[in-house]
Amino acid sequence: MSASLTVQLRARAPIPLQTSFQVAPREVLALVGPSGSGKTTVLRAIAGLHRQARGLVRCGNLTWLDSSRRIHMPPQQRRVGMVFQDYALFPHLTALDNLLLAMESGPIQGRRERAHQLLARVRLDGLEQRFPRELSGGQQQRVAVARALARDPNVLLLDEPFSAVDMMTRERLQRELALLRQQIEIPMILVTHDLQEATALGDRICVLHEGTSLQTETPERLFRHPSTPHVARLLGRHNVFTGTIIRRPEGERLAWGELELELGRPSGMPQGARVHWYVPDSDILLHRRGRPSRGERENPVHGTVTECVVLGAQTSVTLHCHATTANIRLSVSTHAARRNGLEPGAEARVSLLSSGIHVMTPLSEADTARD
Amino acid sequence: MDWTAFRLSLELAGWTTAILLPIGIIVGRWLATHRFRGRGFIEAFIALPLVLPPTVLGYYLLVSFSTDMPVGQLWHALTGEGLNFSFAGIVLASVVFNLPFAIQPVQRAFETVPGHLREAAWCSGLSPWRTFLRVEVPLVWPGLISAFVLTFVHTIGEFGVVLMVGGAIDGETKTVAIAIYDRVQAFDDEAAGAMSLLLLVVSFMAIGLVYGLAGRGRSVGVR
Repeated sequence: MSASLTVQLRARAPIPLQTSFQVAPREVLALVGPSGSGKTTVLRAIAGLHRQARGLVRCGNLTWLDSSRRIHMPPQQRRVGMVFQDYALFPHLTALDNLLLAMESGPIQGRRERAHQLLARVRLDGLEQRFPRELSGGQQQRVAVARALARDPNVLLLDEPFSAVDMMTRERLQRELALLRQQIEIPMILVTHDLQEATALGDRICVLHEGTSLQTETPERLFRHPSTPHVARLLGRHNVFTGTIIRRPEGERLAWGELELELGRPSGMPQGARVHWYVPDSDILLHRRGRPSRGERENPVHGTVTECVVLGAQTSVTLHCHATTANIRLSVSTHAARRNGLEPGAEARVSLLSSGIHVMTPLSEADTARD
Repeated sequence: MDWTAFRLSLELAGWTTAILLPIGIIVGRWLATHRFRGRGFIEAFIALPLVLPPTVLGYYLLVSFSTDMPVGQLWHALTGEGLNFSFAGIVLASVVFNLPFAIQPVQRAFETVPGHLREAAWCSGLSPWRTFLRVEVPLVWPGLISAFVLTFVHTIGEFGVVLMVGGAIDGETKTVAIAIYDRVQAFDDEAAGAMSLLLLVVSFMAIGLVYGLAGRGRSVGVR
């Protein structure tokens, strides 16, 4: 029976940490953040390789780290399967021997059989006797995954496992990992700086910045409801604005420049509160020229196109709103952009769907001063 | 041919290598895997015998081995004998003189082992000792053999330090290199030539072995 992993880490130096999350059995938690945000350090602290971290790491009823009780298990006693960024395969051993070395004592025949099974599970049957230097990057990664599983770990930790391979191999390996995880019943943590990868493979995403976990959510909720403007920026989201909550007889409204926007659900903020708010790309509807459509009366915004960047099938359009002097960025299909004559200088109308408007945090004093 | 001197040189080289090999592994690995202040100073100290004239090193050892000095006093208290002009004295002098030959190849070899490999071994459940034996030694053994061979051969050919500390006492401190010098001084070209040729062959074979291993080490291909 697998157990969930509880992590609460803190450290001041050399790398500051203030992180806490839980990962359930069979769940993949993706740790994302920019370079130097402490993702790998968190993983190393869970594995027992980063000794400066304080706090608590518990897997089921096993306590691996509890600094209040002076418990600090060495990596050997933690039963952690770790896939390193550069795979760290033992270069003098064959693929099979890499796995056998990670298996605890027991009858050699049984261990061999299990090592063969694991290699077959990552589709490396027939390559057991190859040395790491005789394997491709993708094959090396699969040996590393099989070796991490060879110890029958309680937790699987993957440190940017796809960063060292080309795009094509990456997609194939991601697919394989998605299939493999269906057979793994332990908590898994995937460190990545690639949001697409985190969304594709993670059940939940934990956003890290300077060692601090800012928000942990399912990808869908995270991208629609980032908790702060900072998280939104780290996720590469645009369309974060400031506004004021006002109450009208017909309901709560968000004052944004000269506009008053309808909200899909109560913000929970008091009357007159100055707030940050966000609307995802997917909830900005472009009005078609000369062809009124459903939803056009919902929070209409009029503006001038200032930038049009064609990115293959999609075009990123920046719209300068007349009533607020803010810039909205939306993504439309390149075909629709052409058909609607979107180009710098052109006038355009969009609707901000009220269900997509997400009121985040009240403005801090510093924000207000800047405002 | 002075076989006594040759046998003495082999004994001296054997003892020196046996003492230096564990020191070389411990210190070389430590220097390769740890970053700390003063590391450069320690490395410079170890490398000093490479640049210091053997007579200078020999002089300082001669002085510190005298019974007026702590090292000499300690040895005298332990064994009741003096270090200067004794076999034990030239072994100790050789150990100091050969520190860079025993430590540097080992350090270079351990530096080629990526730190991630050790961590991967720990995460695979291997104790530090098993990690050393099963992961590190198989990757660094050409460096260990190099250190072993270089120390051994360098000791056989040692002249200045041994002469300063040991003098040239037959059967006690007169090594083959000193015997060659001694034979040349006595115009015994035949004996000097035979012993020189022997040293040349032994040195060439040893250095060939070291270079062969270095090439092999490169082909192991540590990622």
